[in-house]
Amino acid sequence: MLITINGQGTEVALDPRTSLLDLLREHLELHGTKKGCDQGACGACTVLADGERILSCMALAVQYEGRSISTVEGLAHGGALHPLQQAFIDHDGFQCGYCTPGQLCSAIGMAAEIARGVPSAVTADLAAGTISPSRDELRERMSGNLCRCGAHNGIIDAITEIYTAEAAE
Amino acid sequence: MTPFSYARAGDAATATRLGMGAGAKYLGGGTNLVDLMRETIEQPDSLVDVTGLSRTIEERDDGGLMIGAAVRNTAVAEHRAVRERYPVLARAILSGASGQIRNMATVGGNILQRTRCPYFYDDAARCNKRTPGAGCDAIDGFNRTHAILGASPACVATHPSDMCVALAALGAVVHLGNATGARTLPLVDLHRLPAGRPEVETLLEPGELITAVELPPLPCAVRSTYRKVRDRASYAFALVSVAAVLDRSADGMVRDVRLALGGVAHKPWRAFAAEAVLRGRPADEAVFRAAAEAELADAAPLRDNGFKVELARRTMVAVLNDLAGEAA
Ligand SMILES: Cc1cc2nc3c(=O)[nH]c(=O)nc-3n(C[C@H](O)[C@H](O)[C@H](O)COP(=O)(O)OP(=O)(O)OC[C@H]3O[C@@H](n4cnc5c(N)ncnc54)[C@H](O)[C@@H]3O)c2cc1C
Ligand code: SF4
Ligand code: FES
Ligand code: FES
Repeated sequence: MLITINGQGTEVALDPRTSLLDLLREHLELHGTKKGCDQGACGACTVLADGERILSCMALAVQYEGRSISTVEGLAHGGALHPLQQAFIDHDGFQCGYCTPGQLCSAIGMAAEIARGVPSAVTADLAAGTISPSRDELRERMSGNLCRCGAHNGIIDAITEIYTAEAAE
Repeated sequence: MTPFSYARAGDAATATRLGMGAGAKYLGGGTNLVDLMRETIEQPDSLVDVTGLSRTIEERDDGGLMIGAAVRNTAVAEHRAVRERYPVLARAILSGASGQIRNMATVGGNILQRTRCPYFYDDAARCNKRTPGAGCDAIDGFNRTHAILGASPACVATHPSDMCVALAALGAVVHLGNATGARTLPLVDLHRLPAGRPEVETLLEPGELITAVELPPLPCAVRSTYRKVRDRASYAFALVSVAAVLDRSADGMVRDVRLALGGVAHKPWRAFAAEAVLRGRPADEAVFRAAAEAELADAAPLRDNGFKVELARRTMVAVLNDLAGEAA
């Protein structure tokens, strides 16, 4: 089957039991995406499928035939970090770094959801077309990504810097 | 995982043809089924991927909505008509799982997700749902998350869906199809109580496919909400949840009301007894309390979950108070 990974068309032959996460890590040697729980509970395996954040551990790779997957390896361009990656460094958004690839992909997918006007459980006015990315909104929307090192405050600071600046533009 | 074959179905006819075989299962986003297959609790021979089925939300002339079975949970919650006319449904979906899981999960899969009873997941435990006749380790075990209404000596598990609690309150109708025809079932009748056969969770026939969920017109649902009480602020299953629609007349009487509970039973629990107490009575706290009492009169708590009775009572009253205040 053909699947696009970080912009590159890739032909793979797979047992249908292979998860998208195992395809990335075991078959394509893209070790950036992490396996934390393998049961949907931690968010470490978050990747983007056609720009939408999903959990690669819960996905069978065959379901994503023909789709375009982006992982943390695809974020930097020509040696320059993605602005969000730089912000994670500036705000101490990690310690051990294990959850970081998932946090980054999740935050990028989340920002697109906010831009599209997707509400969250803490959005007061569901009918409002635009969302203001308050700290509460960001925390609620990032709750699917756990960090055992407790770097959540730095993570939210980093996201706030990048995406509230963008929203203000 | 046990080996299986995989095929995609682009339409309902293809899906039901492929889904006829004994070992076949439909696959939505996979967020429940893939997990259960990894634990070998589910061992299908073939998977029929139905995420290519209808992903449209159709606004009907009568004011209702027809939601395709493959619409993603996020897409339902962000749809303008759902947010404006059925806010209880948007809120219920948004309070479930995480952003990533809601992007993957389908409407059909959410309805048919299986219980989170920890003994069901633990193959060293006895579980009638996994192995009929084996016994139930939850009944005398750690059961603070289990059912207080409608349970049986065979099974005390709860249905975990938030979305379904809102659908129950809204009187949603589920559209089904198989190789020989189509039919509809009210959502409140689709799931079973466990009785002596907890392994049979719904009234679906083998191979039957959910094709769509229909929301009937309910203009008063503009005043509706969902409250979920859980062990942490986000990303946890409900201990108790309440979906409510309240229509209060200008003179403060309950003209119409829809109430459903989550986290308390083997199925999304429509609170018909409470609704009967409320209709035509003053929309005030004394009546709300009486309604909650009526609904919980038959509650049968287990060793660890007695707190759910009081929690359900208080949450019902609080949600009705909120909606009554909003309507004032
Ligand atoms: C960590 C975690 C936390 C979660 N928290 C919550 C929560 O707080 N609240 C909540 O409500 N849910 C929660 N969920 C559950 C989640 O909502 C469900 O897993 C999801 O809705 C299932 O949808 P799916 O499309 O992925 O279904 P699948 O896993 O693909 O399928 C589930 C079942 O439905 C059947 N099926 C799928 N589509 C159809 C169809 N069209 N017709 C007939 N049968 C079909 C499948 O055969 C299978 O039996 C959580 C899940 C995880 C992993
Ligand atoms: S409560 Fe139901 S699902 Fe849980 S162990 Fe008992 S029989 Fe199994
Ligand atoms: S590894 Fe996928 S959610 Fe934990
Ligand atoms: S930085 Fe260690 S888990 Fe998040």
